Amino acid sequence: MEAPLLHLALVGTPNSGKTSLFNALTGSRQKVANYPGVTVERKEGFFVTPLGRQVSVVDLPGTYSLRGRSPDEEITRDFVLGKASGEIVPDLVLCVADSTNLRLTIRLLLELKRTGRPMILVLNMFDIASRRGITVDVERLVKELGVPVVTSIAVRKGGTADLLALTDEISAKLAAEPQENSWRALSVSELRATQREADRIIADCVSLPARPDTWTARIDAVVLHPVGGLIVLALILFVMFQAVFAWAQPAMDLLKSGFDALGELVKATLPDGLLQSFLQDGVISGVGSVIVFLPQIILIFLFILLLEDFGYMARAAFLMDRIMGGAGLHGRAFIPLLSSFACAIPGIMATRVIDNKRDRLTTILIAPLMTCSARIPVYTLIISAFIPAKDVWGFINLQGLVMFGLYVTGIVSALAVSFVIKFFMIRDYAPAPFMLELPDYKLPRLKSIAIGIYTRAKMFLQRAGTTIFSMMVLIWFLASFPQPPAGSTEPAIDFSLAAIIGKALEPLLAPVGFNWQIAVALIPGMAAREVAVAALGTVYSIEGGKEAAEQIGQVLATKWSLATALSMLAWYIFAPQCASTLAVIRRETGSWGWMAVTFTYMLVLAYAASLVTYNVAVALGAG
Amino acid sequence: MTDHDEKRPHMPLGLALRGYTGVIQHLSTKDTGSALSDIELESRLIELGFVEGARVEVLHEGLVGRDPIAVRVDSITIAVRRREAMAIIVA
Repeated sequence: MEAPLLHLALVGTPNSGKTSLFNALTGSRQKVANYPGVTVERKEGFFVTPLGRQVSVVDLPGTYSLRGRSPDEEITRDFVLGKASGEIVPDLVLCVADSTNLRLTIRLLLELKRTGRPMILVLNMFDIASRRGITVDVERLVKELGVPVVTSIAVRKGGTADLLALTDEISAKLAAEPQENSWRALSVSELRATQREADRIIADCVSLPARPDTWTARIDAVVLHPVGGLIVLALILFVMFQAVFAWAQPAMDLLKSGFDALGELVKATLPDGLLQSFLQDGVISGVGSVIVFLPQIILIFLFILLLEDFGYMARAAFLMDRIMGGAGLHGRAFIPLLSSFACAIPGIMATRVIDNKRDRLTTILIAPLMTCSARIPVYTLIISAFIPAKDVWGFINLQGLVMFGLYVTGIVSALAVSFVIKFFMIRDYAPAPFMLELPDYKLPRLKSIAIGIYTRAKMFLQRAGTTIFSMMVLIWFLASFPQPPAGSTEPAIDFSLAAIIGKALEPLLAPVGFNWQIAVALIPGMAAREVAVAALGTVYSIEGGKEAAEQIGQVLATKWSLATALSMLAWYIFAPQCASTLAVIRRETGSWGWMAVTFTYMLVLAYAASLVTYNVAVALGAG
Repeated sequence: MTDHDEKRPHMPLGLALRGYTGVIQHLSTKDTGSALSDIELESRLIELGFVEGARVEVLHEGLVGRDPIAVRVDSITIAVRRREAMAIIVA
């Protein structure tokens, strides 16, 4: 008879290396979902122990205590206590500690012990501790704490062997004596007493070197310098955006020619007709034009994950705290806002680290103004069609500069909106505290980052395969039917449903310089912003024939005026149309009202910005 | 605690400048002007390792108003605003 699935839970303070241990244990066998009713990410993975026991492990949100002062921390507490709805009580809790920094974890562990759950203390990053000259008397620690202790090096192959062996050993004799849960929220004096106890145990079992990590001190001397630090931050962001625009190009060209070749193949093999048009115009040129942006999305996540793993994100929050405070934002909002450059959805979900409700709401409302990666396809297409690829001052690419300008405009608008919110809506504003651990720098764990990027790329491709694909089929259908009457000389699309809808909307969008083709493209852009590009591709390729599909950029350059192109760029800085972001805002704020507010204010800003851009451009002769 | 520490004047960490080193004497969360309640602020400070007897050093200061500060607390570094650091009495 096979033993039942063993349920493990990973608990630890932020920065304890919990996630890299999780990645080391489970590899890519991970399932990411949400806990019922809340938008806390639930990460579960699976592995098999050396003795063949099937194990499921849940990576719980990082916490310093079981008090549960944020939705994340409540999940961790309820999960360990077995109170989380629809969850199985974990058979074994792995309390993960950064071996170089045991103080806070040992205190957490003493609190966790009161829950009576079987537990192992995992001294993670043990190699770094040894290298720094930190020695841990593991046997004594076991005796003092009364729980098994094991060392691990999550980033090294075989570094979790001891942990796996111990898991087997303990799971064999589990369920013998179910223990009482005596946990209740600690009072301040109990908290203080546990920290004292933890400090005493550490003093007895751990010997620290005289000097702290000198590398961290040296890097911080530059990176946290009041002025130098901000320059470094600006440089990092600048390099990031130049890289996303320039480095991804070769890979994108490769993907693009791949899809073009595929389209040609379909054209050559299939007879002319609806099926050929569906495959070439609808599927390949539509979905293909979105998948082409995979390299850029991978790059932006690579930067964000690298900075996070290195330990820089907390420093960025430190540097930006007061500066963002001027606009009514909390320093912790920096991380969610930076993630929003990849996608507003993880960004909005990351606002959970802000425990003050108002700070969190402000951050959620402005997160969609950060230029997400889904806008990159739109920007790239228009910029490469309308902005010459020349160098300014010899070394800065003008296209890259325009891209950078669009990002900056997004950021400035976000700060302005936040300022307005602070001024008009939340007048009795008392700044929430900013307290954040600045972890020692660590070399990014390549395997962990690879897994992180893999998960995100998979999500993007799944979206391309489902949402975007179905939108493209719809667009193709709208643009192809009804078919033109026999013998008509005008382009087929003029008779289609798409043209009817687009032309109905045209009067509304004419003042900002949008033609009916753009109006058609904006509608499916509601599902996902990047679809607008694909939709334009489909509309123009059905209108203009096969040649047009291959060179959508060139087609736009002939069909649009520069003013229309600039207006479209301005529109997309604010572009409110992304149904999934709106859905996440509704979920996170628990209110349709805030979702409506976000949608309306962004729509108004988009329309106003386009109106101004278009009219100024026309007045300057770009019409 | 040495005699040397006893003689040094007690002051809130919130007023300390970069380079200051000292030992935490006690926490006094009354009237700091923090948005948190006294108990909540005290709990959070303890959870981040600000307990009596811990050695602190002010490592870095922010650009605007020398705020926030990065404080070495025994073996870890914590970023905190001066407003909350007023609750930490050091000498």
